Amino acid sequence: MADKKKKNSPPTAQRYQTFAKQREVKRPLLKNCIKAFLIGGFICFIGQIISTIYVYFFNFTEQTAGSPTVATLIFITMFLTGFGVYDRIGQFAGAGSAVPVTGFGNSVISAAIEHRSEGFILGVGGNIFKLAGPVIVYGVFSAFIIALIKTILTQWGGL
Amino acid sequence: MIFFWAFVVGGTICVIGQILFDVFKLNPGVTLTIFVIAGAILDGLGLYDPLIDFAGAGASVPITNFGNQLVHGAMQEAEQHGIIGVVTGIFEVTSAGISAAIIFGVIGAIIFKPKG
Repeated sequence: MADKKKKNSPPTAQRYQTFAKQREVKRPLLKNCIKAFLIGGFICFIGQIISTIYVYFFNFTEQTAGSPTVATLIFITMFLTGFGVYDRIGQFAGAGSAVPVTGFGNSVISAAIEHRSEGFILGVGGNIFKLAGPVIVYGVFSAFIIALIKTILTQWGGL
Repeated sequence: MIFFWAFVVGGTICVIGQILFDVFKLNPGVTLTIFVIAGAILDGLGLYDPLIDFAGAGASVPITNFGNQLVHGAMQEAEQHGIIGVVTGIFEVTSAGISAAIIFGVIGAIIFKPKG
């Protein structure tokens, strides 16, 4: 798409774009990856601590402890988002804070807080999934396709 | 030991996300959508459960697990009710993430005021 746009634009704009590309600050890939690894790993480490607590004190199994762990992490995220701490972590960690479920929680909670001024029904209710919507929509749709294929293969294909 | 692998596997999944951000210049929304679909495909192939056994929260905390749980719920219902179960069961296991996000989102909106 970007190439097409480039061809249609006048020559001065093209020259400007190549010039801008040269001056563009290179993203420090290695540094960003290390940051993402450390923060992302740390969040999962905390998740593991929480899930161990659920397994030992609340009689969950290794497999079922995932759900309460996720809920607890999102609960913690609510405070981090509300006090503006999660934004700062996000600026530092990039994908390290976006990929864990806390990032999903943050996108929902921050949208809810941001649109509160538009009222609770249409503001909060209408915009709460503004950022997280695509994840749910395509997650559900792809899960439907995959489960459908798998069901057809196992139940009618005799696999 | 599972704490170590949770850290390493969770961190590695985040690094893949960072590479999608920086090298392929995808925005976070697209990246997370890809991750959820990837998780769903991995579970369809039966690869996600072994990963959770191996890495614990390292596999169950990243957003990929959301796709995994969606397929899990659909398959659970499908075993009992066939094709109809695929539609009715999708949110069965995923309930925690979405309901927690909604509940704490609304509570957060009540407690906190937007900044700036």
